[in-house]
Amino acid sequence: MAKNKQAENKQAQNQQAEAPKGGLFTYAPAPESPAAAGEIATSYGHFIGGEFVDSSGSEALKTVNPATEQVLAEFAQGTDEDVERAVTAARKAFTDWSALPGSERAKYLFRIARIIQERSRELAVLESIDNGKPIRETRDVDLPLVAAHFFYYAGWADKLDFAGYGANPKPLGVAGQVIPWNFPLLMLAWKIAPALATGNTVVLKPAETTPLTALRFAEICRQAGLPKGVVNIVTGDGRTGAALTAHPDVNKVAFTGSTPVGRSIARQLAGSRKKLSLELGGKAANIVFDDAPIDQAVEGIVNGIFFNQGHVCCAGSRLLVQESIQDELLDALKRRMGTLRVGDPLDKNTDIGAINSAAQLARITELSAAGEAEGAERWAPECELPGAGYWFRPTLFTGVSQAHRIAREEIFGPVLSVLTFRTPTEAVEKANNTPYGLSAGIWTEKGSRILWMANQLKAGVVWANTFNKFDPTSPFGGYKESGYGREGGRHGLEAYLDV
Amino acid sequence: MSETTLSVFKTYKLYVGGKFPRSESGRVYEVSDSKGQWLANAPLGTRKDTRDAVQAARAAVKGWAGTTAYNRGQVLYRVAEMLQGRREQFAAEVALAEGIGNKKAAALVDAAIDRWVWYAGWTDKVAQIAGSSNPVAGPFFNLSTPEPSGVIGVVAPQSGTGFSFLGLVSVIAPAIAAGNTVVVAAAADAPLPALSLGEVLATSDLPGGVVNLISGKTADIAPTLASHQDVNGLDLAGAIAAEGPGAAVELEVLAADTLKRVIRPAADQASLDWTNAPGTERLLSFLETKTVWHPMGI
Repeated sequence: MAKNKQAENKQAQNQQAEAPKGGLFTYAPAPESPAAAGEIATSYGHFIGGEFVDSSGSEALKTVNPATEQVLAEFAQGTDEDVERAVTAARKAFTDWSALPGSERAKYLFRIARIIQERSRELAVLESIDNGKPIRETRDVDLPLVAAHFFYYAGWADKLDFAGYGANPKPLGVAGQVIPWNFPLLMLAWKIAPALATGNTVVLKPAETTPLTALRFAEICRQAGLPKGVVNIVTGDGRTGAALTAHPDVNKVAFTGSTPVGRSIARQLAGSRKKLSLELGGKAANIVFDDAPIDQAVEGIVNGIFFNQGHVCCAGSRLLVQESIQDELLDALKRRMGTLRVGDPLDKNTDIGAINSAAQLARITELSAAGEAEGAERWAPECELPGAGYWFRPTLFTGVSQAHRIAREEIFGPVLSVLTFRTPTEAVEKANNTPYGLSAGIWTEKGSRILWMANQLKAGVVWANTFNKFDPTSPFGGYKESGYGREGGRHGLEAYLDV
Repeated sequence: MSETTLSVFKTYKLYVGGKFPRSESGRVYEVSDSKGQWLANAPLGTRKDTRDAVQAARAAVKGWAGTTAYNRGQVLYRVAEMLQGRREQFAAEVALAEGIGNKKAAALVDAAIDRWVWYAGWTDKVAQIAGSSNPVAGPFFNLSTPEPSGVIGVVAPQSGTGFSFLGLVSVIAPAIAAGNTVVVAAAADAPLPALSLGEVLATSDLPGGVVNLISGKTADIAPTLASHQDVNGLDLAGAIAAEGPGAAVELEVLAADTLKRVIRPAADQASLDWTNAPGTERLLSFLETKTVWHPMGI
């Protein structure tokens, strides 16, 4: 036996030696089956009052698979009338839903959580197809978190008296929720789970490029036996969203998306009594000190900016590296970036999937061009991109200054800007030099420095020696122009309670 | 004999950055009592005065937010001590501002002092009720703590029972107890209790710039606060309900540009009773929750 093993080892060594020098292993394709996504209908209406209904208008939008540009389905452009119907259904359902004992509401949420777990493969594949993100992430990150959010908030439904908002806190009524395309199901869970737990009913508008999983979620609501009208899904673009947030019978507006749209909603709601929570853009600094463990920091930087193609509001898009280790760190980072696999989102080996839409790709391309034009140095690893679909290489800019657009504007793509600093104070100053304040990262082995830095950084989430970690028990949300309110944890209940 | 002695009028001044400037405009406006009798000339604070005050408030943020909660509580309590010593003066000013008897006014001032003491006690407790340790599903230390938002613009109450001083205290004390600094647009028609409060604050260990008090037209001061890039929150307690500059809706629209945290005015300000227990809304509104993650392991 031992002899055989030795022979095997030798053989393996020989094979290694035969591999091209400095080259990579070539992985065999490990495709997930698109069929696992279940049947995708050719066209979808809305989900209103517990039924799938046709739109009152005739305008239809198309959702495409961003990895192939193939049309997946048509879906309705929600009209004012559709929004009206949905809000009416939610209002009607509110009376009974809010009167239901918390323990009963909890059981519905537990049911939803369980069904999501049961159908998680289907949902992960569907999410991957509709959004373009790698199956590895939908399977291992999005879906487990979606289920976890429903589980977590289910448990709050019958414990609201203990949440710290006084005895017997009241729901607000009908919540109008507008969510983005970067985490279609996860954002849905962040919004719907606390809203239902606190006794509100909801009308949710998914993003126009990723409506499919929200519509599939509607089926789950039916399977769970959720009373009609408690959850309503109206699809469409920004016009539908604006009609929803402006609707006079909506008591609470929750929005996740861009800062300009958040601003316009805040303006729209001025003078109304609607409660508003906003999760907006970010331009997070990921700060690496000279005593940081380089390999771990590189993994953290990669996870910080290339996770979900960089379509993350809290992405670590500004790398602040201490000047003394700049060369060493950038060499290691470039080596690591060279191993990232860009391509078919349904391949389980894929690290970076497709950019969500042609419009988003154009924006990333434009801002990257501005980076070059303003004098920053651009670098991206060699890699072959698929012919069809929307793709962008993981990209690094060095020699970036504070004034550059790529250091100030949210790119929302796999583009990292590198700046340097010498002292912790300078790092704080540069990190905070942005109107945003959603997240930040710190990499150092020195505990007292972590705590001091965390204290100084104006950001709602500070990841130290880690990055892009999420959990339903953990509040998430921004300072300054990254919006107001928190999602997750006990804090996340406040947005849906009359306090 | 004493009846023939001419009283010494007080020249009321703004309170900005711990100092008592006249308005940069060099102008004043007449303040009358509730019956229209002239009381004093108050400085007519301008947009420039307001911007200066925001600058002073910003400069004070680091020191005030950075001091220990225990120390902030000590300073706030010291303010209450000084207020107690000036009880009669404030009672007289409140009586004239709100058109009520001295006894009633004194009771409102007592309530204001009590409220200040209440908020003094909150400084080192707010983090304990607004923070949390989060049991995330993984080997991470994960802690959420509240932090002050920064500079808060306050439109002081202009009506309701006790608005001129108790109402004023009810909007300033929670913001600074939480570690913010404030710029206050004093009640346009009843600014004297606010300007006198500045004199108390100046002698009570409160660092200059933590509270800044501007008298003048709400339509000049409030929109400047609402649109200012360096103001993080806006308490519209006394914003005018009607349309136009200084009105609540317009101020909220201006605040949206910089996504300020806004406390909207009560639907019916005139019938507000500032003697009612305040709750924690104003204390918690101008806080941010910061969550820090760190891996755990050996």
